[in-house]
Amino acid sequence: MGNKIVTAMELAPKTMLFEVEAEHIARRGKAGQFIILRVNDEGERIPLTIANRDPEKGTITIVAQEVGKTTEVLNAMGPGDEIHDLAGPLGKPTEIPTGKTVVCVGGGIGNAVVWPQVQALKDAGNKVIAILGARTRELLILEDEITEIADQVIVTTDDGSYGRKGMVTHALDELIDGGEKIDEVITIGPVVMMKFVCKTTEPHGIPTQASLNPIMVDGTGMCGACRVTVGGETRFACVEGPEFDGHQTDFDELITRLSYYQPEERASLDNHHRCKLDAAAEALERQD
Amino acid sequence: MSDTPKKPKKNINKAKTKTPMREQPAGERIFNFEEVPLGYNEEEATLEALRCIQCKNKPCIAGCPVGIDIPAFLKLVGEKDYEGALRKIKEKNFLPAICGRVCPQEDQCEMVCTLNKPDKGRDPGGVGRVERFLGDYAMEHDLTITPECAAPTGKKVAIIGSGPAGLTAASDLAQKGHDVTVYEALHKPGGVLFYGIPQFRLPKEILLREVDGLKDMGVKFVMNYPVGKAESLESVRERHDATFIGTGAGLPWFLGIPGENLNGVYSANEFLTRVNLMGGYKFPDGADTPVKNIKRIAVVGAGNTAMDSARTAKRLQPEIVYLVYRRSRLEMPARVEEIHHAEQEGIDFQLLHSPIEIVDNGKGAVGAIRCQEMELGEPDDSGRRRPVPVEGKIKEWAVDTVVLSIGQSPNPLLTADCPDLARDERRGTITINDWMQTSYEDTFAAGDIVTGGATVILAMGQGRKAADAMHRYLTSGDPAAPAGEDSDVCDGLS
Ligand SMILES: Cc1cc2nc3c(=O)[nH]c(=O)nc-3n(C[C@H](O)[C@H](O)[C@H](O)COP(=O)(O)OP(=O)(O)OC[C@H]3O[C@@H](n4cnc5c(N)ncnc54)[C@H](O)[C@@H]3O)c2cc1C
Ligand code: FES
Repeated sequence: MGNKIVTAMELAPKTMLFEVEAEHIARRGKAGQFIILRVNDEGERIPLTIANRDPEKGTITIVAQEVGKTTEVLNAMGPGDEIHDLAGPLGKPTEIPTGKTVVCVGGGIGNAVVWPQVQALKDAGNKVIAILGARTRELLILEDEITEIADQVIVTTDDGSYGRKGMVTHALDELIDGGEKIDEVITIGPVVMMKFVCKTTEPHGIPTQASLNPIMVDGTGMCGACRVTVGGETRFACVEGPEFDGHQTDFDELITRLSYYQPEERASLDNHHRCKLDAAAEALERQD
Repeated sequence: MSDTPKKPKKNINKAKTKTPMREQPAGERIFNFEEVPLGYNEEEATLEALRCIQCKNKPCIAGCPVGIDIPAFLKLVGEKDYEGALRKIKEKNFLPAICGRVCPQEDQCEMVCTLNKPDKGRDPGGVGRVERFLGDYAMEHDLTITPECAAPTGKKVAIIGSGPAGLTAASDLAQKGHDVTVYEALHKPGGVLFYGIPQFRLPKEILLREVDGLKDMGVKFVMNYPVGKAESLESVRERHDATFIGTGAGLPWFLGIPGENLNGVYSANEFLTRVNLMGGYKFPDGADTPVKNIKRIAVVGAGNTAMDSARTAKRLQPEIVYLVYRRSRLEMPARVEEIHHAEQEGIDFQLLHSPIEIVDNGKGAVGAIRCQEMELGEPDDSGRRRPVPVEGKIKEWAVDTVVLSIGQSPNPLLTADCPDLARDERRGTITINDWMQTSYEDTFAAGDIVTGGATVILAMGQGRKAADAMHRYLTSGDPAAPAGEDSDVCDGLS
């Protein structure tokens, strides 16, 4: 009795968008919250942001980038397939102000998180500027969806293949220098990017929320795998976050913690590829 | 042995010590996750049951948190009526295969057993071992003693949390004819029985079989459903006639010392969850959740959780497993059997040492654990002698992994959602009255969420007491028992 995939769509190379049946999450979920899923009974529990939801249809949208075995298996799934299990909505919703000017800075897959936030911010009557970053044009996701809602969208690519060449921080600097009165910044993306976004806003005293993505196991506050240091204190990101005051966050610790299982993840992926090769070889043999 | 009777006159076994139980040898078992004590066969179980002298005052019954009629079931085993014995236990305890394995019998029924005379070298009756035999016998012979359920009452009950407290309440309420649904945050049922207690101490198949038994009784399970997140408690209460909270004490404590967020530092919950719930010991071939290739590990603490962590670590084939504890052996809270097993398996106990820092290896990961040597001073509130630092004595062990097993408190996932539910702010526990009823009239609570971290059997005993009160609440609107009824569950209530 898993959760059925209704639609699957490739957004960029190795990046898929899924619409999945999950009625209660569609009803209760809010911007900034996430779900935890397992692709099969041996599967790892991985957190993914609720990118969109449709309470009437009883579906939620998730976006997954292939980075390890779980996401590779997930991204090979299609409509009609079932995700083994899915729990949520987890974490605290984004705190949504009203009548303010808010800049959402997303990078890479982080734009999937920016999407519901821009929507929620607009719904609450804020002026929303989105800065969307990507390494290169073909990796930019959800530009159209976000452009449709935001007051202004600025796209940057590292290689200049689309939008402005450079980092999201350059665009943010320009906005600030250009005299835009920014009340708040929300940033979601690679940790290094978030760190520099926070460094950019700090001297100007602009409150900045960063959406942290530590390793999680249960996502219910039971294990502490997700602990991050904010303002010198240990916090469990899965229940107290995932959004924290970026100026107080120890990003370097987060980067180190995120790297801990890299050798194992590589091994798991290699193992998975070997199994796939073996299966293919077996299939060929049977054909003979 | 010489104690074994040749031909007992009365059908009693006069052996002074318990019938030995076969075990996987320590040298073998540290290479696998299979169970350690192998259990009794019929002959051994019967022999042990016959050691019970059927004394008049039966202190064991009072010693059992759920009041099992122990002499009665032992007598039936002595007569080889295993099914009858099982029925007898199941009147009070529906998880004998589990309790026989994890209950601290030495502090309960066996401690007060008339036979128990350690100074005279006489063991108590091996109640736990025979209980376990019966649980296993039922499984091997596919004996499902599914209790008869009363005619449907039409009342709907929600059980939040599927640990021993929730499962017991679910069973009792289903038997009384109520329509029961269990909501569980994780993807497997059982609470600590699944994610905490390792496979080699409690095979998961046993637990899953008990859960299947509940399903046969008509209990519905909704997994991956963290109440408070997936749905508010208020809305769950609206949809049901009564609600039970058994969400346990799942929030792990950390020490607050430098280096605690280094890579390689785990809470016992995370370490055990990775290995047990997620099957990490099979990584990468049978499970996707990684467990590190550990070489040298220190487990901090000395409760059951610490023993489980140390023994689990040992099975991942490291060079050394230290167990660091700030008091002495005498104060260790773990079950005697667990301490004994840990020692047999070569866990290196470093007693009277308290961690003061986890040292960075220069790459953001654990390099060593630095400890302050302690000595025992005056007794503290808990009656145990308080550890005090020995000035200037600091010691360091080179390790790559540290597992902290220093306690846990109730998980606020649910309670954060209902701020007006009465609770003890300091301990985080839910406040209940004598009938296990919370400050919400239709909502009851039991287990670790009420007591703080305790035991499986206490959680079950409370789950039963809550179920009884809920039944009365559902049928008469008043959870208090009319005088004289259900005397065993109302002990001390009036
Ligand atoms: C490693 C370890 C070893 C132990 N060994 C022993 C032993 O040998 N003997 C012994 O007697 N005791 C032992 N204990 C203690 C014993 O396991 C507990 O006292 C007992 O499990 C408590 O039962 P419970 O039903 O109250 O809660 P738990 O077993 O903690 O179960 C609570 C359940 O509720 C779920 N939950 C939490 N919040 C929500 C929510 N909001 N919505 C839905 N579900 C939720 C949790 O996921 C969990 O499954 C041990 C504990 C640990 C951690
Ligand atoms: S993921 Fe386990 S506590 Fe946050």
